[in-house]
Amino acid sequence: MNERDIQFLESAFKKYYYDHISEIPVPDDILHREFGYQKLGVKGMTRHIQVKDAGQMRVMLVQAVPSDVYCSNSYYSFPNLDMKEKDWRGADLVFDIDAKDLDLPCRRDHVLAVCETCGRSWMAQEREEEERKERERGTGEKRIGDSNLECSSCGQAGRVRPKSLPCKKCIMASKEQVALLNRILRDELGVGAEHMSTYFSGNEGFHVHVSDPAFRELDARARADLAGYVMLSGLIPEALGVYRASGLDRAELPDLGQKGWRGRFAKAAFGSKAKRAETISELSKTSPGAAYARFEGIIREVSGGVGAKIDAQVTGDIHRIFRMPHTINSKSGMLKTACAGDADSFDPYVDAVVLDADETVSVECGCPVRFGLGSKRFGPYKTGESAELPAYAAAYAICKGFGRLAGAATTAAADMD
Amino acid sequence: MLVPGKDEKAKYPFLADAGRHLQEYGFELRQFGTDPILRVIVDKAHERVMAAAGGSVYRSGLAGGKAMQYDVLDMEVFSFLIAIVLIKLANRPTLVRRFALSEARRAETHLIRDLSYRHNRLDLPRAKMARSILHDLFGLKVEVRDPDNRYLIPVPDYLKHSSVFHEREWKLVNRQVEDGHVILKPDKTVRLIRHALTTYISAKIRDSPVPDMIPGLEGMVAELAAVADKLTPAYESTGENPPCIKHAINVLKGGENLPHSGRFMLATFLLARGRPVEEIAPLFKNAPDYSERVTMYQLNHLSGRTGGVKYNCPSCDKLRTQNLCFAVPECDGIITPLQFGRRRKAAEREQQQQPSDAKPAEGGEPA
Repeated sequence: MNERDIQFLESAFKKYYYDHISEIPVPDDILHREFGYQKLGVKGMTRHIQVKDAGQMRVMLVQAVPSDVYCSNSYYSFPNLDMKEKDWRGADLVFDIDAKDLDLPCRRDHVLAVCETCGRSWMAQEREEEERKERERGTGEKRIGDSNLECSSCGQAGRVRPKSLPCKKCIMASKEQVALLNRILRDELGVGAEHMSTYFSGNEGFHVHVSDPAFRELDARARADLAGYVMLSGLIPEALGVYRASGLDRAELPDLGQKGWRGRFAKAAFGSKAKRAETISELSKTSPGAAYARFEGIIREVSGGVGAKIDAQVTGDIHRIFRMPHTINSKSGMLKTACAGDADSFDPYVDAVVLDADETVSVECGCPVRFGLGSKRFGPYKTGESAELPAYAAAYAICKGFGRLAGAATTAAADMD
Repeated sequence: MLVPGKDEKAKYPFLADAGRHLQEYGFELRQFGTDPILRVIVDKAHERVMAAAGGSVYRSGLAGGKAMQYDVLDMEVFSFLIAIVLIKLANRPTLVRRFALSEARRAETHLIRDLSYRHNRLDLPRAKMARSILHDLFGLKVEVRDPDNRYLIPVPDYLKHSSVFHEREWKLVNRQVEDGHVILKPDKTVRLIRHALTTYISAKIRDSPVPDMIPGLEGMVAELAAVADKLTPAYESTGENPPCIKHAINVLKGGENLPHSGRFMLATFLLARGRPVEEIAPLFKNAPDYSERVTMYQLNHLSGRTGGVKYNCPSCDKLRTQNLCFAVPECDGIITPLQFGRRRKAAEREQQQQPSDAKPAEGGEPA
């Protein structure tokens, strides 16, 4: 990202923080959390920061003009010390649902391969097709994001990255996962609704924070186990009442009316009571070993659809710092914002767009697909095409790497990221 | 607060305050070395430690959780306290671990029985005490669900205790979970706290002062120390790779992309198995982004040749979160892929199978 683009974004972010500073909620027990932030054009992150109160937090946001602000889900006695000396006291639970992990077919239509050096962009699938041809010529296939993949426009290696543009289908699918996760947390794991908060991440995912004190002291292993439950990962036939040596135990087999994952599993595996009875009857006639193997197969087929698709590593990590709610995400220029009330009516590409809509900026773009932001639609743009965009859309294009302020230098030397 | 009666102290002697108990009866430790009347307690204590060292649970003088004779209750508590004295004098960590585990298992049988005594009004205090032990000592809040005699444990309480188990059946996903509770049978409820109970008893032993040698007990203490010295296990590997490693190798062989975490797992596993860097590097040749220079650099770094830090193979828990675990039943109980296929050395196995007083055959050598 060049210096002018950085200045533009910093100015836009600063204006937002300055105008909305009193609306940014202060994290609970702020004194015992670790904060961190990044700045545009500066490598690495400044972390291990202790913030004493709301005033200090607000000063940090306005003075440092961070591109991204992070706050730990953990509580420490000494958040400003090195990790080993912080004295971990507990942590909220955090679940991360990311649209890119849902393997949706629509992604091929809205994921770009963008060279972060020259700004050239392709549809990711077209760029991968070129790579497949390269492989056929014997020069080896490289994937987008690989360190040795060169930009066919400027020749720079390792700077071609996948960038996803807004997609309603991705958001709908992510929302379904959020709803499933919330049901599991509330109905099965006993988390009170008052302890659950759902946030749009500001890019293309959702974060669910659970502040229930009963879960706060769970260590990393217990959290990994909890994540396994949510994902229905690691299920064994014995838990369904199917044993390698003795076969089926009918009384223990999951039924459609049961609470918890047993009911969800039964619905997905059997579909109806009649089908369940039929399957059991059929398996009762086979050997225990065959019935066991069949159920292993059913578990493999069904588990992915029954569990919520969360990133287990995020939930299991107790020393991570997370994007702070109600701060700007520099991957998009949008806000990490709470999905208040009805998540169904929440539209992140409208509700999380917070930068200036009145100011218009001239931007050189290269984006082969249309995208919707705010209440408008933009693009497609040929490489180098000049467009007059509202500040929020200009920030989006620059953050995604397919746009830069018109008239800016386009050489690799100007790259600051 | 737990205030155990005599009956409870006999079943759960770790609840007794050792110093106060001896004081109440007017005994001094030295008397146990020479007093022939107290000798029966010392012998019982010895029996208790030996049973634990052999991996079994001491058979208590309590029948059905109740004493047939009143003095049995005192015997149970005293033999436990003197057993701890013997262990402190023998000064072998193996004995502490084994004794704590054995006593935890013994207490489990009483806890299971007591938890189930809830339909008989006379036995209600027993159930109450058992639940108090679970709650006050181990933070496990237990509710009873009638009529199927199942126990409801809040999910966070369950997770705090179950995360130490490595068997797959203890994973939350393999439990019945409803309305914020895990539903367990009485035996599993009590089994859930075995590790915490063992740790509790171990801590009690560790925290008790080391007494001076008691004249008359030197021989018994030396014998226990010798038994403990023979118990340190040695292991050998069957050489078979665990399924996660086999999967990683197959992915690479097929020319598919193995994620960074998978490459890290494979490299650290093979390095830990003693394979040289030069032998490991060719495995990655089929990787889509293979570069010999980068691979050698990374392997040298992981092995500690450069950088000075040798990286360890990730735990099974970590691999599960990275979707790199492809567990098979043989994985049960292991906590790292390196333990897959591990078994006691043949000599150790045979030694374990022989009665403790067996001698090698005439003219033969131990295997």
